[in-house]
Amino acid sequence: MKQALVVARKDLLVEFRARLLLVRVIPFALLVLVLFAVALDSEPLILRAASGLVWLTMLFSTLLLVQRTYDVETQDAALEVLLTSAVEPVNVFFGKLFAAFVQLLVLSVLLVFGAIVLYGATVSGSNVVLLVTIVVSAAWGLASVGTLYGAVVANMNGRDSLLALLALPVLAPLLIGASRATEAAFGSQTIDTASGWAWVALLAVFAVVFSAAGAAAFGALMEPEA
Amino acid sequence: MVSRSTGTTTTRVIGIAAIAVLAWVVVSAFFITPADFQQGESVRIMYAHVPAAWIAYLAFITTGITSGISLARRHRTLGFDRVAGASAEVGVLFMGLALITGSLWGRLTWGTFWQWDPRLTTTLFLFVTYVGYLAVRNIDGDPHRRAKRSAILALLAVLEIPLVHFSVVLWRSLHQEASVLNPDGDVRLDDMMLFTLFSGVVGFTLVFVWMVIHRQRLATLRDLQQGVGLDAAIAARRNEGAAIAGGGQ
Amino acid sequence: MDDIGFILASWLITLGSIGVLAFVTLRRARQLAEHVPDEAKPWL
Repeated sequence: MKQALVVARKDLLVEFRARLLLVRVIPFALLVLVLFAVALDSEPLILRAASGLVWLTMLFSTLLLVQRTYDVETQDAALEVLLTSAVEPVNVFFGKLFAAFVQLLVLSVLLVFGAIVLYGATVSGSNVVLLVTIVVSAAWGLASVGTLYGAVVANMNGRDSLLALLALPVLAPLLIGASRATEAAFGSQTIDTASGWAWVALLAVFAVVFSAAGAAAFGALMEPEA
Repeated sequence: MVSRSTGTTTTRVIGIAAIAVLAWVVVSAFFITPADFQQGESVRIMYAHVPAAWIAYLAFITTGITSGISLARRHRTLGFDRVAGASAEVGVLFMGLALITGSLWGRLTWGTFWQWDPRLTTTLFLFVTYVGYLAVRNIDGDPHRRAKRSAILALLAVLEIPLVHFSVVLWRSLHQEASVLNPDGDVRLDDMMLFTLFSGVVGFTLVFVWMVIHRQRLATLRDLQQGVGLDAAIAARRNEGAAIAGGGQ
Repeated sequence: MDDIGFILASWLITLGSIGVLAFVTLRRARQLAEHVPDEAKPWL
Protein backbone atom coordinates (compact mmCIF):
# COMPACT_ATOMS: atom_id res chain seq x y z
CA MET A 1 0.00 0.00 0.00
CA LYS A 2 2.76 2.38 0.99
CA GLN A 3 4.76 1.30 -2.06
CA ALA A 4 1.74 1.93 -4.28
CA LEU A 5 1.48 5.46 -2.95
CA VAL A 6 5.17 6.04 -3.61
CA VAL A 7 4.72 4.91 -7.23
CA ALA A 8 1.62 7.09 -7.57
CA ARG A 9 3.48 10.05 -6.14
CA LYS A 10 6.35 9.47 -8.54
CA ASP A 11 3.98 9.29 -11.53
CA LEU A 12 2.16 12.42 -10.49
CA LEU A 13 5.43 14.23 -9.90
CA VAL A 14 6.69 13.32 -13.37
CA GLU A 15 3.36 14.41 -14.73
CA PHE A 16 3.40 17.66 -12.82
CA ARG A 17 6.90 18.51 -13.99
CA ALA A 18 6.07 17.78 -17.62
CA ARG A 19 2.71 19.53 -17.31
CA LEU A 20 1.33 17.24 -20.02
CA LEU A 21 -2.16 17.18 -18.59
CA LEU A 22 -2.23 20.94 -18.42
CA VAL A 23 -0.71 21.79 -21.77
CA ARG A 24 -1.91 18.93 -23.94
CA VAL A 25 -4.67 16.69 -22.64
CA ILE A 26 -6.95 19.35 -21.15
CA PRO A 27 -6.78 21.63 -24.21
CA PHE A 28 -7.34 18.58 -26.43
CA ALA A 29 -10.40 17.51 -24.47
CA LEU A 30 -11.93 20.97 -24.42
CA LEU A 31 -11.24 21.34 -28.11
CA VAL A 32 -13.07 18.09 -28.80
CA LEU A 33 -16.05 19.37 -26.80
CA VAL A 34 -16.11 22.53 -28.91
CA LEU A 35 -15.71 20.59 -32.15
CA PHE A 36 -18.60 18.28 -31.27
CA ALA A 37 -20.79 21.33 -30.76
CA VAL A 38 -19.72 22.76 -34.12
CA ALA A 39 -20.31 19.44 -35.87
CA LEU A 40 -23.77 18.88 -34.40
CA ASP A 41 -24.77 22.49 -34.94
CA SER A 42 -28.07 22.40 -33.07
CA GLU A 43 -28.55 23.43 -29.47
CA PRO A 44 -31.26 20.93 -28.48
CA LEU A 45 -29.28 18.14 -30.12
CA ILE A 46 -26.08 19.14 -28.31
CA LEU A 47 -27.89 19.29 -24.98
CA ARG A 48 -29.32 15.85 -25.55
CA ALA A 49 -25.93 14.44 -26.59
CA ALA A 50 -23.98 16.30 -23.86
CA SER A 51 -23.42 13.37 -21.51
CA GLY A 52 -22.35 11.01 -24.28
CA LEU A 53 -19.94 13.57 -25.70
CA VAL A 54 -18.34 14.19 -22.31
CA TRP A 55 -17.58 10.49 -21.82
CA LEU A 56 -16.52 9.87 -25.39
CA THR A 57 -14.01 12.69 -24.95
CA MET A 58 -12.89 11.10 -21.70
CA LEU A 59 -12.26 7.80 -23.49
CA PHE A 60 -9.96 9.42 -26.03
CA SER A 61 -8.20 11.51 -23.40
CA THR A 62 -7.57 8.35 -21.37
CA LEU A 63 -5.77 6.79 -24.33
CA LEU A 64 -3.62 9.90 -24.68
CA LEU A 65 -2.77 9.97 -21.02
CA VAL A 66 -1.98 6.27 -20.68
CA GLN A 67 0.28 6.29 -23.72
CA ARG A 68 2.22 9.11 -22.21
CA THR A 69 2.67 7.38 -18.83
CA TYR A 70 4.04 4.25 -20.44
CA ASP A 71 6.21 6.14 -22.90
CA VAL A 72 7.92 7.80 -19.96
CA GLU A 73 8.31 4.41 -18.29
CA THR A 74 9.69 2.51 -21.24
CA GLN A 75 12.27 5.15 -22.07
CA ASP A 76 15.47 4.19 -20.28
CA ALA A 77 13.73 0.97 -19.19
CA ALA A 78 12.55 2.81 -16.09
CA LEU A 79 9.76 0.33 -15.46
CA GLU A 80 12.10 -2.64 -15.44
CA VAL A 81 14.32 -0.91 -12.93
CA LEU A 82 11.28 -0.17 -10.81
CA LEU A 83 10.20 -3.80 -10.94
CA THR A 84 13.62 -5.24 -10.22
CA SER A 85 13.84 -3.07 -7.13
CA ALA A 86 11.86 -4.32 -4.19
CA VAL A 87 8.53 -2.95 -5.41
CA GLU A 88 5.78 -5.56 -5.85
CA PRO A 89 4.17 -5.53 -9.34
CA VAL A 90 0.73 -5.23 -7.72
CA ASN A 91 1.86 -2.06 -6.01
CA VAL A 92 3.26 -0.67 -9.24
CA PHE A 93 -0.10 -1.37 -10.87
CA PHE A 94 -2.14 0.31 -8.18
CA GLY A 95 0.33 3.18 -7.99
CA LYS A 96 0.02 3.87 -11.68
CA LEU A 97 -3.73 3.34 -11.52
CA PHE A 98 -4.06 5.86 -8.72
CA ALA A 99 -1.95 8.45 -10.52
CA ALA A 100 -4.04 8.04 -13.68
CA PHE A 101 -7.21 8.17 -11.58
CA VAL A 102 -6.27 11.53 -10.05
CA GLN A 103 -5.56 13.03 -13.46
CA LEU A 104 -8.70 11.62 -15.04
CA LEU A 105 -10.74 12.87 -12.10
CA VAL A 106 -9.48 16.41 -12.67
CA LEU A 107 -10.17 16.10 -16.37
CA SER A 108 -13.70 14.72 -16.01
CA VAL A 109 -14.67 17.41 -13.51
CA LEU A 110 -13.45 19.99 -16.04
CA LEU A 111 -15.39 18.34 -18.85
CA VAL A 112 -18.59 18.20 -16.83
CA PHE A 113 -18.19 21.91 -16.17
CA GLY A 114 -17.47 22.32 -19.86
CA ALA A 115 -20.75 20.59 -20.69
CA ILE A 116 -22.58 22.89 -18.26
CA VAL A 117 -20.99 26.03 -19.67
CA LEU A 118 -20.83 25.15 -23.37
CA TYR A 119 -23.78 22.83 -23.84
CA GLY A 120 -26.16 24.34 -21.30
CA ALA A 121 -26.53 21.16 -19.26
CA THR A 122 -27.96 21.64 -15.78
CA VAL A 123 -27.48 19.76 -12.53
CA SER A 124 -30.04 20.32 -9.83
CA GLY A 125 -29.91 19.65 -6.09
CA SER A 126 -29.66 15.98 -5.23
CA ASN A 127 -28.32 15.04 -8.65
CA VAL A 128 -24.97 16.51 -7.63
CA VAL A 129 -24.38 13.45 -5.42
CA LEU A 130 -25.17 11.16 -8.35
CA LEU A 131 -22.86 13.09 -10.62
CA VAL A 132 -19.96 12.98 -8.17
CA THR A 133 -20.38 9.22 -7.75
CA ILE A 134 -20.45 8.74 -11.52
CA VAL A 135 -17.32 10.80 -12.06
CA VAL A 136 -15.38 8.99 -9.32
CA SER A 137 -16.36 5.46 -10.37
CA ALA A 138 -16.00 6.10 -14.11
CA ALA A 139 -12.59 7.74 -13.64
CA TRP A 140 -11.46 4.72 -11.62
CA GLY A 141 -12.75 2.35 -14.31
CA LEU A 142 -11.00 4.31 -17.05
CA ALA A 143 -7.79 4.41 -15.06
CA SER A 144 -7.82 0.66 -14.38
CA VAL A 145 -8.51 -0.35 -17.99
CA GLY A 146 -6.01 2.22 -19.25
CA THR A 147 -3.26 1.07 -16.89
CA LEU A 148 -3.92 -2.61 -17.64
CA TYR A 149 -4.04 -2.36 -21.43
CA GLY A 150 -1.21 0.16 -21.45
CA ALA A 151 0.86 -2.57 -19.80
CA VAL A 152 -0.27 -5.10 -22.43
CA VAL A 153 0.99 -2.96 -25.31
CA ALA A 154 4.00 -1.41 -23.56
CA ASN A 155 7.19 -2.10 -25.52
CA MET A 156 5.30 -3.11 -28.65
CA ASN A 157 5.65 -1.53 -32.05
CA GLY A 158 2.69 0.57 -33.11
CA ARG A 159 1.38 0.59 -29.56
CA ASP A 160 -0.61 3.81 -29.97
CA SER A 161 -3.13 2.44 -32.44
CA LEU A 162 -3.11 -0.96 -30.74
CA LEU A 163 -4.05 0.57 -27.40
CA ALA A 164 -7.07 2.21 -29.01
CA LEU A 165 -8.11 -1.00 -30.76
CA LEU A 166 -7.81 -3.07 -27.59
CA ALA A 167 -9.09 -0.67 -24.96
CA LEU A 168 -12.04 0.96 -26.71
CA PRO A 169 -14.22 -2.18 -27.02
CA VAL A 170 -13.46 -3.01 -23.40
CA LEU A 171 -14.52 0.50 -22.39
CA ALA A 172 -17.85 0.21 -24.19
CA PRO A 173 -19.80 -0.76 -21.04
CA LEU A 174 -18.22 2.15 -19.20
CA LEU A 175 -19.13 4.55 -21.98
CA ILE A 176 -22.73 3.34 -22.04
CA GLY A 177 -23.05 3.35 -18.26
CA ALA A 178 -21.40 6.70 -17.62
CA SER A 179 -23.26 8.41 -20.47
CA ARG A 180 -26.67 7.17 -19.41
CA ALA A 181 -26.06 7.92 -15.74
CA THR A 182 -24.81 11.41 -16.52
CA GLU A 183 -27.86 11.93 -18.69
CA ALA A 184 -29.96 11.13 -15.63
CA ALA A 185 -27.89 13.53 -13.52
CA PHE A 186 -28.35 16.27 -16.10
CA GLY A 187 -32.10 15.88 -15.58
CA SER A 188 -33.01 14.08 -18.80
CA GLN A 189 -36.59 13.37 -19.78
CA THR A 190 -36.00 9.73 -20.64
CA ILE A 191 -33.87 8.44 -17.75
CA ASP A 192 -34.87 8.98 -14.12
CA THR A 193 -32.49 9.28 -11.19
CA ALA A 194 -33.16 5.72 -10.02
CA SER A 195 -31.98 4.30 -13.36
CA GLY A 196 -29.02 6.63 -13.07
CA TRP A 197 -28.04 4.86 -9.86
CA ALA A 198 -28.50 1.48 -11.55
CA TRP A 199 -25.93 2.58 -14.11
CA VAL A 200 -23.58 3.73 -11.35
CA ALA A 201 -23.77 0.20 -9.96
CA LEU A 202 -22.59 -1.08 -13.33
CA LEU A 203 -19.73 1.43 -13.31
CA ALA A 204 -18.69 0.29 -9.85
CA VAL A 205 -18.73 -3.38 -10.88
CA PHE A 206 -16.70 -2.50 -13.95
CA ALA A 207 -14.12 -0.61 -11.89
CA VAL A 208 -13.77 -3.44 -9.37
CA VAL A 209 -13.54 -6.16 -12.05
CA PHE A 210 -10.82 -4.46 -14.03
CA SER A 211 -8.85 -3.35 -10.96
CA ALA A 212 -8.79 -6.98 -9.83
CA ALA A 213 -7.95 -8.28 -13.30
CA GLY A 214 -5.18 -5.73 -13.63
CA ALA A 215 -3.74 -6.59 -10.24
CA ALA A 216 -3.74 -10.26 -11.21
CA ALA A 217 -2.28 -9.81 -14.69
CA PHE A 218 0.18 -6.96 -14.21
CA GLY A 219 2.94 -9.06 -12.67
CA ALA A 220 2.84 -11.58 -15.52
CA LEU A 221 2.77 -8.85 -18.14
CA MET A 222 5.77 -7.07 -16.69
CA GLU A 223 7.86 -10.17 -16.01
CA PRO A 224 11.23 -9.88 -17.70
CA GLU A 225 11.72 -12.24 -20.62
CA ALA A 226 12.86 -15.69 -19.70
CA MET B 1 12.60 -35.20 -49.78
CA VAL B 2 11.07 -32.50 -47.63
CA SER B 3 7.34 -32.71 -47.09
CA ARG B 4 5.83 -29.62 -48.58
CA SER B 5 2.43 -29.52 -46.95
CA THR B 6 0.73 -29.23 -43.61
CA GLY B 7 -1.78 -31.88 -44.63
CA THR B 8 -2.05 -35.35 -43.19
CA THR B 9 -4.52 -38.17 -43.81
CA THR B 10 -6.70 -36.87 -40.98
CA THR B 11 -6.95 -33.37 -42.37
CA ARG B 12 -7.64 -34.68 -45.86
CA VAL B 13 -10.51 -36.82 -44.58
CA ILE B 14 -11.90 -33.88 -42.63
CA GLY B 15 -11.51 -31.61 -45.65
CA ILE B 16 -13.31 -33.94 -48.01
CA ALA B 17 -16.08 -34.53 -45.47
CA ALA B 18 -16.47 -30.76 -45.04
CA ILE B 19 -16.79 -30.19 -48.78
CA ALA B 20 -19.31 -33.02 -49.12
CA VAL B 21 -21.47 -31.80 -46.26
CA LEU B 22 -21.36 -28.19 -47.45
CA ALA B 23 -22.31 -29.26 -50.98
CA TRP B 24 -25.35 -31.01 -49.55
CA VAL B 25 -26.22 -27.95 -47.45
CA VAL B 26 -26.09 -25.67 -50.49
CA VAL B 27 -28.28 -28.00 -52.56
CA SER B 28 -30.74 -28.41 -49.74
CA ALA B 29 -30.79 -24.73 -48.82
CA PHE B 30 -31.55 -23.64 -52.36
CA PHE B 31 -33.61 -26.45 -53.86
CA ILE B 32 -35.03 -28.79 -51.24
CA THR B 33 -36.12 -26.70 -48.26
CA PRO B 34 -39.31 -24.71 -48.69
CA ALA B 35 -39.58 -20.93 -48.48
CA ASP B 36 -40.72 -19.64 -45.11
CA PHE B 37 -44.43 -18.83 -44.82
CA GLN B 38 -43.61 -15.37 -43.56
CA GLN B 39 -40.06 -14.53 -44.63
CA GLY B 40 -40.28 -16.13 -48.04
CA GLU B 41 -37.08 -16.99 -49.83
CA SER B 42 -34.88 -14.89 -47.57
CA VAL B 43 -34.90 -17.67 -45.01
CA ARG B 44 -32.32 -19.43 -47.18
CA ILE B 45 -29.69 -17.06 -45.80
CA MET B 46 -30.29 -18.61 -42.40
CA TYR B 47 -28.51 -21.85 -43.36
CA ALA B 48 -25.28 -19.90 -43.80
CA HIS B 49 -25.81 -17.27 -41.11
CA VAL B 50 -26.73 -19.35 -38.07
CA PRO B 51 -23.94 -21.94 -38.46
CA ALA B 52 -21.39 -19.16 -39.06
CA ALA B 53 -22.43 -17.41 -35.84
CA TRP B 54 -22.36 -20.71 -33.97
CA ILE B 55 -18.84 -21.52 -35.17
CA ALA B 56 -17.66 -18.03 -34.25
CA TYR B 57 -18.78 -18.56 -30.68
CA LEU B 58 -17.29 -22.06 -30.65
CA ALA B 59 -14.00 -20.60 -31.88
CA PHE B 60 -13.87 -17.91 -29.20
CA ILE B 61 -14.71 -20.46 -26.50
CA THR B 62 -11.87 -22.62 -27.83
CA THR B 63 -9.52 -19.64 -27.72
CA GLY B 64 -10.52 -18.88 -24.14
CA ILE B 65 -10.03 -22.44 -22.94
CA THR B 66 -6.72 -23.07 -24.73
CA SER B 67 -5.40 -19.70 -23.56
CA GLY B 68 -6.27 -20.64 -20.00
CA ILE B 69 -4.48 -23.98 -20.35
CA SER B 70 -1.49 -22.31 -21.98
CA LEU B 71 -1.23 -19.82 -19.15
CA ALA B 72 -1.67 -22.50 -16.48
CA ARG B 73 1.13 -24.55 -18.06
CA ARG B 74 3.29 -21.42 -18.08
CA HIS B 75 3.73 -21.76 -21.87
CA ARG B 76 6.16 -24.66 -21.55
CA THR B 77 5.05 -25.73 -25.01
CA LEU B 78 3.52 -23.35 -27.48
CA GLY B 79 0.93 -25.83 -28.79
CA PHE B 80 -2.02 -24.49 -26.84
CA ASP B 81 -1.07 -20.93 -27.66
CA ARG B 82 -0.98 -21.70 -31.39
CA VAL B 83 -4.36 -23.42 -31.23
CA ALA B 84 -5.73 -20.37 -29.41
CA GLY B 85 -4.41 -18.09 -32.14
CA ALA B 86 -5.60 -20.30 -35.01
CA SER B 87 -9.02 -20.61 -33.45
CA ALA B 88 -9.31 -16.84 -33.00
CA GLU B 89 -8.37 -16.31 -36.65
CA VAL B 90 -11.08 -18.68 -37.82
CA GLY B 91 -13.48 -17.17 -35.29
CA VAL B 92 -12.93 -13.66 -36.61
CA LEU B 93 -13.61 -14.87 -40.15
CA PHE B 94 -16.85 -16.60 -39.17
CA MET B 95 -17.94 -13.71 -36.95
CA GLY B 96 -17.39 -11.38 -39.88
CA LEU B 97 -19.42 -13.68 -42.10
CA ALA B 98 -22.18 -13.89 -39.52
CA LEU B 99 -22.32 -10.09 -39.34
CA ILE B 100 -22.38 -9.68 -43.13
CA THR B 101 -24.95 -12.39 -43.84
CA GLY B 102 -26.93 -11.20 -40.84
CA SER B 103 -27.13 -7.66 -42.13
CA LEU B 104 -28.12 -8.82 -45.61
CA TRP B 105 -30.81 -10.99 -44.06
CA GLY B 106 -31.83 -8.10 -41.80
CA ARG B 107 -32.23 -5.85 -44.83
CA LEU B 108 -34.70 -8.34 -46.28
CA THR B 109 -36.66 -9.08 -43.13
CA TRP B 110 -36.42 -5.90 -41.05
CA GLY B 111 -35.79 -3.46 -43.87
CA THR B 112 -32.54 -2.24 -42.31
CA PHE B 113 -29.00 -3.55 -42.39
CA TRP B 114 -28.45 -2.99 -38.71
CA GLN B 115 -30.44 -2.90 -35.51
CA TRP B 116 -28.96 -1.85 -32.17
CA ASP B 117 -30.36 -4.83 -30.39
CA PRO B 118 -28.34 -6.43 -27.57
CA ARG B 119 -27.28 -9.51 -29.45
CA LEU B 120 -26.06 -7.66 -32.53
CA THR B 121 -24.26 -5.03 -30.50
CA THR B 122 -22.52 -7.58 -28.28
CA THR B 123 -21.48 -9.54 -31.35
CA LEU B 124 -19.99 -6.45 -32.92
CA PHE B 125 -17.92 -5.67 -29.83
CA LEU B 126 -16.85 -9.30 -29.64
CA PHE B 127 -15.68 -9.09 -33.25
CA VAL B 128 -13.64 -5.93 -32.67
CA THR B 129 -12.15 -7.39 -29.50
CA TYR B 130 -10.78 -10.42 -31.31
CA VAL B 131 -9.55 -8.33 -34.21
CA GLY B 132 -7.48 -6.50 -31.59
CA TYR B 133 -6.34 -9.82 -30.14
CA LEU B 134 -5.11 -10.93 -33.56
CA ALA B 135 -3.37 -7.59 -34.10
CA VAL B 136 -1.38 -8.18 -30.92
CA ARG B 137 -0.54 -11.75 -31.95
CA ASN B 138 0.74 -10.67 -35.33
CA ILE B 139 3.44 -8.48 -33.91
CA ASP B 140 6.77 -10.20 -34.20
CA GLY B 141 8.69 -11.01 -31.12
CA ASP B 142 9.63 -13.79 -28.81
CA PRO B 143 6.90 -16.47 -29.10
CA HIS B 144 6.84 -17.13 -25.37
CA ARG B 145 6.25 -13.49 -24.64
CA ARG B 146 3.58 -13.42 -27.34
CA ALA B 147 1.98 -16.50 -25.83
CA LYS B 148 1.78 -14.96 -22.40
CA ARG B 149 0.56 -11.61 -23.61
CA SER B 150 -2.13 -13.03 -25.87
CA ALA B 151 -3.29 -15.57 -23.28
CA ILE B 152 -3.85 -12.72 -20.83
CA LEU B 153 -5.67 -10.74 -23.51
CA ALA B 154 -7.91 -13.69 -24.34
CA LEU B 155 -8.83 -14.16 -20.70
CA LEU B 156 -9.54 -10.43 -20.36
CA ALA B 157 -11.84 -10.75 -23.37
CA VAL B 158 -13.70 -13.54 -21.60
CA LEU B 159 -14.13 -11.11 -18.69
CA GLU B 160 -15.19 -8.28 -20.96
CA ILE B 161 -17.94 -10.04 -22.89
CA PRO B 162 -20.46 -10.50 -20.05
CA LEU B 163 -19.97 -6.87 -19.02
CA VAL B 164 -20.54 -5.66 -22.57
CA HIS B 165 -23.55 -7.89 -22.98
CA PHE B 166 -25.09 -6.89 -19.66
CA SER B 167 -24.59 -3.19 -20.25
CA VAL B 168 -26.04 -3.36 -23.76
CA VAL B 169 -29.07 -5.31 -22.55
CA LEU B 170 -29.61 -2.75 -19.79
CA TRP B 171 -29.12 0.08 -22.28
CA ARG B 172 -31.72 -1.27 -24.69
CA SER B 173 -34.24 -2.15 -22.01
CA LEU B 174 -34.15 1.28 -20.39
CA HIS B 175 -34.80 2.91 -23.72
CA GLN B 176 -38.33 1.92 -24.50
CA GLU B 177 -38.26 1.52 -28.21
CA ALA B 178 -40.01 -0.83 -30.55
CA SER B 179 -38.77 -4.32 -29.88
CA VAL B 180 -36.70 -5.78 -32.64
CA LEU B 181 -37.95 -8.70 -34.62
CA ASN B 182 -36.20 -11.80 -33.49
CA PRO B 183 -34.65 -13.27 -36.62
CA ASP B 184 -34.89 -16.84 -35.37
CA GLY B 185 -38.08 -16.57 -33.40
CA ASP B 186 -40.49 -15.91 -36.20
CA VAL B 187 -39.30 -18.60 -38.53
CA ARG B 188 -41.28 -21.80 -38.25
CA LEU B 189 -38.94 -24.62 -39.10
CA ASP B 190 -40.11 -27.91 -40.55
CA ASP B 191 -38.07 -31.10 -40.31
CA MET B 192 -36.21 -30.58 -43.56
CA MET B 193 -35.26 -27.03 -42.61
CA LEU B 194 -34.01 -28.17 -39.22
CA PHE B 195 -32.00 -30.96 -40.80
CA THR B 196 -30.41 -28.55 -43.27
CA LEU B 197 -29.57 -26.16 -40.47
CA PHE B 198 -28.06 -29.01 -38.50
CA SER B 199 -26.05 -30.11 -41.55
CA GLY B 200 -24.81 -26.56 -41.91
CA VAL B 201 -23.54 -26.58 -38.33
CA VAL B 202 -21.83 -29.94 -38.91
CA GLY B 203 -20.27 -28.77 -42.18
CA PHE B 204 -18.99 -25.51 -40.74
CA THR B 205 -17.66 -27.32 -37.68
CA LEU B 206 -15.66 -29.58 -40.00
CA VAL B 207 -14.35 -26.51 -41.80
CA PHE B 208 -13.43 -25.01 -38.43
CA VAL B 209 -11.53 -28.11 -37.33
CA TRP B 210 -9.71 -28.38 -40.64
CA MET B 211 -8.80 -24.73 -40.62
CA VAL B 212 -7.58 -24.69 -37.02
CA ILE B 213 -5.37 -27.74 -37.59
CA HIS B 214 -3.83 -26.23 -40.69
CA ARG B 215 -3.38 -22.74 -39.32
CA GLN B 216 -1.93 -24.08 -36.09
CA ARG B 217 0.63 -26.03 -38.13
CA LEU B 218 1.27 -22.93 -40.19
CA ALA B 219 1.96 -21.01 -36.98
CA THR B 220 4.39 -23.75 -35.95
CA LEU B 221 6.19 -23.43 -39.28
CA ARG B 222 6.33 -19.67 -38.90
CA ASP B 223 7.88 -19.92 -35.45
CA LEU B 224 10.32 -22.57 -36.66
CA GLN B 225 11.26 -20.51 -39.66
CA GLN B 226 12.22 -17.66 -37.43
CA GLY B 227 14.62 -20.14 -35.96
CA VAL B 228 12.85 -20.24 -32.67
CA GLY B 229 13.25 -23.56 -30.98
CA LEU B 230 14.24 -25.23 -34.22
CA ASP B 231 17.29 -26.92 -32.78
CA ALA B 232 15.37 -27.96 -29.72
CA ALA B 233 12.57 -29.44 -31.81
CA ILE B 234 15.00 -31.44 -33.93
CA ALA B 235 16.95 -32.60 -30.90
CA ALA B 236 13.74 -33.77 -29.26
CA ARG B 237 12.81 -35.67 -32.40
CA ARG B 238 16.22 -37.32 -32.60
CA ASN B 239 16.08 -38.35 -28.96
CA GLU B 240 12.65 -39.80 -29.55
CA GLY B 241 13.97 -41.73 -32.51
CA ALA B 242 17.00 -42.88 -30.55
CA ALA B 243 14.81 -43.99 -27.67
CA ILE B 244 12.62 -46.00 -30.00
CA ALA B 245 15.62 -47.51 -31.74
CA GLY B 246 17.25 -48.21 -28.37
CA GLY B 247 14.09 -49.83 -27.04
CA GLY B 248 13.91 -52.04 -30.08
CA GLN B 249 17.32 -53.58 -29.50
CA MET C 1 -37.63 -14.09 -56.02
CA ASP C 2 -36.73 -10.43 -55.62
CA ASP C 3 -34.36 -11.34 -52.84
CA ILE C 4 -32.26 -13.70 -54.90
CA GLY C 5 -29.40 -11.21 -55.16
CA PHE C 6 -29.09 -10.89 -51.39
CA ILE C 7 -29.38 -14.63 -50.88
CA LEU C 8 -26.77 -15.45 -53.49
CA ALA C 9 -24.47 -12.73 -52.18
CA SER C 10 -24.67 -14.17 -48.65
CA TRP C 11 -23.71 -17.62 -49.84
CA LEU C 12 -21.02 -16.46 -52.22
CA ILE C 13 -19.38 -14.29 -49.59
CA THR C 14 -19.54 -17.09 -47.03
CA LEU C 15 -18.23 -19.93 -49.17
CA GLY C 16 -15.88 -17.64 -51.07
CA SER C 17 -14.07 -16.30 -48.05
CA ILE C 18 -13.79 -19.74 -46.47
CA GLY C 19 -12.27 -20.94 -49.75
CA VAL C 20 -9.89 -18.00 -49.97
CA LEU C 21 -8.66 -18.46 -46.41
CA ALA C 22 -8.17 -22.19 -47.00
CA PHE C 23 -6.22 -21.52 -50.18
CA VAL C 24 -4.04 -18.85 -48.61
CA THR C 25 -3.34 -21.09 -45.62
CA LEU C 26 -2.26 -24.01 -47.79
CA ARG C 27 -0.13 -21.88 -50.08
CA ARG C 28 1.68 -20.15 -47.25
CA ALA C 29 2.23 -23.53 -45.56
CA ARG C 30 3.82 -24.88 -48.74
CA GLN C 31 6.16 -21.92 -48.93
CA LEU C 32 7.26 -22.28 -45.34
CA ALA C 33 7.38 -26.08 -45.22
CA GLU C 34 10.21 -26.12 -47.72
CA HIS C 35 12.54 -24.32 -45.38
CA VAL C 36 11.87 -26.45 -42.35
CA PRO C 37 13.25 -29.98 -42.10
CA ASP C 38 10.70 -32.74 -41.66
CA GLU C 39 12.22 -33.72 -38.33
CA ALA C 40 10.96 -30.46 -36.85
CA LYS C 41 7.36 -30.96 -37.94
CA PRO C 42 5.40 -32.51 -35.09
CA TRP C 43 2.55 -33.72 -37.30
CA LEU C 44 4.61 -35.99 -39.55
